[in-house]
Amino acid sequence: MRDELLSILEKNSKIDFKELAILLGKSEEEVLSEITKLEKNGTICGYHTLINWEKTDIEKVSALIEVKVTPQRGQGFDRIAERIYNYPEVKSVYLISGGYDLLISLEEKSLKEIAGFVSDKLAPLESILSTATHFILKKYKDHGTVINKTTKDEREVITP
Amino acid sequence: MKKFLSEKVINIKPSGIRKFFDIVSEMQDAISLGVGEPDFDTPWFIRDEGIYSLEKGRTFYTSNAGLKDLRKEISSYIKRTQNIEYSPDEEIIVTVGGSEAIDIGLRSIINPDDEVIIPQPSYVSYEPCALLAGAKPVIINLKAENDFRLQPEQLLNAITDKTKVLILPYPNNPTGAILEYEDLQKIAKIVIEKDILVLSDEIYSALTYKGKHISIASLEGMKERTILINGFSKAYAMTGWRLGYACGPKEWIKQMTKIHQFAIMCAPTTSQYAAVEALKKGDNDVEQMRLSYNQRRRFLLNAFKEIGLECFEPYGAFYVFPCIKEFNMTSEEFATKLLMEEKVAVVPGTAFGDCGEGYLRISYAYSIDNLKIAIERIKNFILKLRNIKNC
Repeated sequence: MRDELLSILEKNSKIDFKELAILLGKSEEEVLSEITKLEKNGTICGYHTLINWEKTDIEKVSALIEVKVTPQRGQGFDRIAERIYNYPEVKSVYLISGGYDLLISLEEKSLKEIAGFVSDKLAPLESILSTATHFILKKYKDHGTVINKTTKDEREVITP
Repeated sequence: MKKFLSEKVINIKPSGIRKFFDIVSEMQDAISLGVGEPDFDTPWFIRDEGIYSLEKGRTFYTSNAGLKDLRKEISSYIKRTQNIEYSPDEEIIVTVGGSEAIDIGLRSIINPDDEVIIPQPSYVSYEPCALLAGAKPVIINLKAENDFRLQPEQLLNAITDKTKVLILPYPNNPTGAILEYEDLQKIAKIVIEKDILVLSDEIYSALTYKGKHISIASLEGMKERTILINGFSKAYAMTGWRLGYACGPKEWIKQMTKIHQFAIMCAPTTSQYAAVEALKKGDNDVEQMRLSYNQRRRFLLNAFKEIGLECFEPYGAFYVFPCIKEFNMTSEEFATKLLMEEKVAVVPGTAFGDCGEGYLRISYAYSIDNLKIAIERIKNFILKLRNIKNC
């Protein structure tokens, strides 16, 4: 049940427990108990909503920043990652393979603010060797959802 | 013109679905729960392979029986899912959908006066194909109290010395019924004893919700008398690609290939290349779709329970077959009234056989959101009918 439950929740965090129980063929109690377990052990980390901010009046600019780091003695990359992710404007921090060490996604009100973050808060951090900033120009697909997709049912209305 | 047309063809009843189709097509914003095909798009990696094959210019005829690679993949698919060995060279043919396999499967064995046993309610094509092949259809009326499973006594009563073949359509369209091992054993025993053939239409084999589908061809003594029909339409959401296959005894396949060779040449080449990829890498996608269908199945059955609409629990395909006898209307009257008053289209059970009277076929090849809207409207309709009854 767990994998199927997580699969449904990942795509629709708004689903109510009664419906979830029906879809899984289980009782509401079983479903609630499993979800509580998963929340407690950190498998379910949060319930978010995917928003296309371009459709609002609020200005937002996003960037992906590659960061090269000298790992801290005894702590690897964890300490520097923590210092970066503590900033609420940093939306994700990943340790990656390849030419750079960390990949950060950042969301600010404007290009200027992004540049400001990199130069005033990120680059000066100890153990940061270099950064490469890439501005996100257009989001086609995010978190598994295609943005602005129009689905039309093109099937014939009745088929045998 | 009429005097020139084939009498045999003219005498075949037109599809019971057609009339409905015409009405529903005209309606704005009707929700149709009447489709017989998946709502999913063909998984992208399969479409991509089809596109790639066109880019590479693979647009020629393939060999009549189908691409060798495809037949090899089909053979290994059947081996791993049903544990039956079919030789790709002699015992498998790739057809234009399961539909063509049914047609040539019958045409290759029927002699004048042969009888074809057809359990109903079932897919609309079996009876017409049998008639077109020159056979006499012998109908068995399946019953809800048996979960629409073919009963051994029913089969025995239908067999005569003219019986050539039994059509076995499970998992079933329109009822969603399945057959389990014990059911198959009893049927196999009779079929072997009476020395008749079986045409097993297993197009929904990947969509079962109570254990894995078992093919009758896997039972002892059955492989040599069964044509196993399957395809890509339902499992891989490839209805429009028109691709299916038949596996069976060498001699039967040989004659089917002969008809296919003259009437069709070969199944669509692009579809065949795409299908090779589907079989190689598609298991996970099929499973995801199956899980989705199962969720919707549970949703619908729960909704019917809440409305108090009688419905046997189906474990296959993507249809439910609720009973509307309590309303004292024919299936067609009910379906028409539902369409006119609530703009929901369902298919009257009679489209699949006379014994479908009193039932409706409702498809769950739709998102839960669409099903929710449709169920609300059906609920309103039924409450209205019950109020009228009680007044």
